[in-house]
Amino acid sequence: MSVSVGRDQAFLDAVRHIADAHAAPNADQVDREARFPAETIEALREERALSAFVPGELGGGEVSFQALASACFELGRRCGASAMVFAMHQIQVVSIVRHLQGADWFEEYLRSLAAEQRLIASATSEVGTGGDMGRSVAAVTPGEDGMCAFEKQAPTVSYGAHADDLFVTLRRGPQAEPSDQVVVLARKDQTELEPTSSWDTLGMRGTCSPGYVVRASIAPGQVLPTPFPKVSAESMVPVSHILWSHLWLGIATDAFERARAFVRAAAKRDPGTPPPVATRLSHLMSELSLLRAEVSSGLAEFLDASGEPGRERLSTMASALRVNNLKIAASEQAPRVCQGAMGVCGIMGYKNDTPFSVGRHLRDTMSAPLMLANERIHQTNASLLLIAKEV
Amino acid sequence: MTKEIRRIITEYGRLSVDITALPVDADLYQAGMTSHASIDVMLALEDHFDVEFPDGMLTRSAFESITAIEAALLKLRAEAAVR
Ligand SMILES: Cc1cc2nc3c(=O)[nH]c(=O)nc-3n(C[C@H](O)[C@H](O)[C@H](O)COP(=O)(O)OP(=O)(O)OC[C@H]3O[C@@H](n4cnc5c(N)ncnc54)[C@H](O)[C@@H]3O)c2cc1C
Repeated sequence: MSVSVGRDQAFLDAVRHIADAHAAPNADQVDREARFPAETIEALREERALSAFVPGELGGGEVSFQALASACFELGRRCGASAMVFAMHQIQVVSIVRHLQGADWFEEYLRSLAAEQRLIASATSEVGTGGDMGRSVAAVTPGEDGMCAFEKQAPTVSYGAHADDLFVTLRRGPQAEPSDQVVVLARKDQTELEPTSSWDTLGMRGTCSPGYVVRASIAPGQVLPTPFPKVSAESMVPVSHILWSHLWLGIATDAFERARAFVRAAAKRDPGTPPPVATRLSHLMSELSLLRAEVSSGLAEFLDASGEPGRERLSTMASALRVNNLKIAASEQAPRVCQGAMGVCGIMGYKNDTPFSVGRHLRDTMSAPLMLANERIHQTNASLLLIAKEV
Repeated sequence: MTKEIRRIITEYGRLSVDITALPVDADLYQAGMTSHASIDVMLALEDHFDVEFPDGMLTRSAFESITAIEAALLKLRAEAAVR
């Protein structure tokens, strides 16, 4: 076994253990009370999982991207909200690791992230632009003291109150066009979060994602050197869609497992005659396989393109279409599988307190199509399709 | 060629600044060209110069300035001449 395979294996074993020992037993309470999955995140910190993707020379675990994706899947099987918190943090980490271009401030930051297991939240969406991440209203504004300030109206900031630092997209300067964006990383002690709304939602309740006005004062070195459009095309968008789909697949897989357990229990009660819902379970298996295939091919293509020098392929429109389609397909298929599982389990699945409950799974995955509205992505794809050649 | 490219950008790029004053190496996205507008520009370029940009060339950076667009078109022409 090579060193890197061994590292991945050890990391995944630890995450699986945390999923079973911390995420699973708290999932219902986290959901019911819409509270932060503190036990799970604390356990991940203890295993140094928050810096799993940070290079070894900066004190991180240097696991592979596949391992991160598998970790999202494993956590998703036990608690969707915990998996989403972990996934969002990792999206920010991967974006920084891949685009810091040796910048001192960011290298130092990753060292402290690894040492202190800091958790990064994000404010990439904004009031006034809706789900269009490619435009910003708020701008980096140079002050007289050599620092830069900004104020951003953020409609949804997951675990904002529990995070150490904040990953924010902004216009490059007060005169910059809405699409001329940069990423900044603001530390908690530089940031003020003024709550503007609550988070009492249908699902993903434990992500604790109310709105805030974000005000911060940062040093110019806290602006990531790579322009946001490049960060977005090469990392943030594909990584988000891949990690999210892995956790949605995890949730759907657990819903399927619960349906299977329900059918097995029925079969045991009445040996000799297969229960009528057994056929429905078989239908559900086909639906789950479709989701699984889409998720794993999306990951494989991203890994291929990331392995090429310069990662140019990730900036092509064909690649954007591919990853957008992964998001649309997975976000629609995951709640479909959960609903199918409820169809198999019937009232036992609908109730919130049986071993076959799949209500939380269904509610959690229903956030998927609107977490970046699919219609908006379809509109982007529609124009990309006008010019892309092979899709 | 530069003149024709400028004309197409004026018509389809929906820039927020006056294109005649824009240097050939200026970043068109920073000048306000949106991703949607850039696709209209690409379509118009394909139509006008009777070329097809292959997928590998359809990146944001290939269309970020007049110079970049000109280079992409010249590359396509050179490749067509070899064939
Ligand atoms: C669980 C969860 C956690 C989140 N966490 C964060 C976070 O930590 N940080 C953060 O920045 N954001 C976060 N978000 C916000 C998210 O990233 C999106 O920005 C947000 O969900 C989109 O909001 P919207 O529905 O108001 O926007 P819009 O995209 O504006 O959509 C509104 C409606 O308009 C429709 N629509 C929009 N555009 C078009 C179009 N072109 N054609 C047709 N119809 C269209 C959509 O279908 C939708 O019905 C989170 C969202 C969720 C669900």
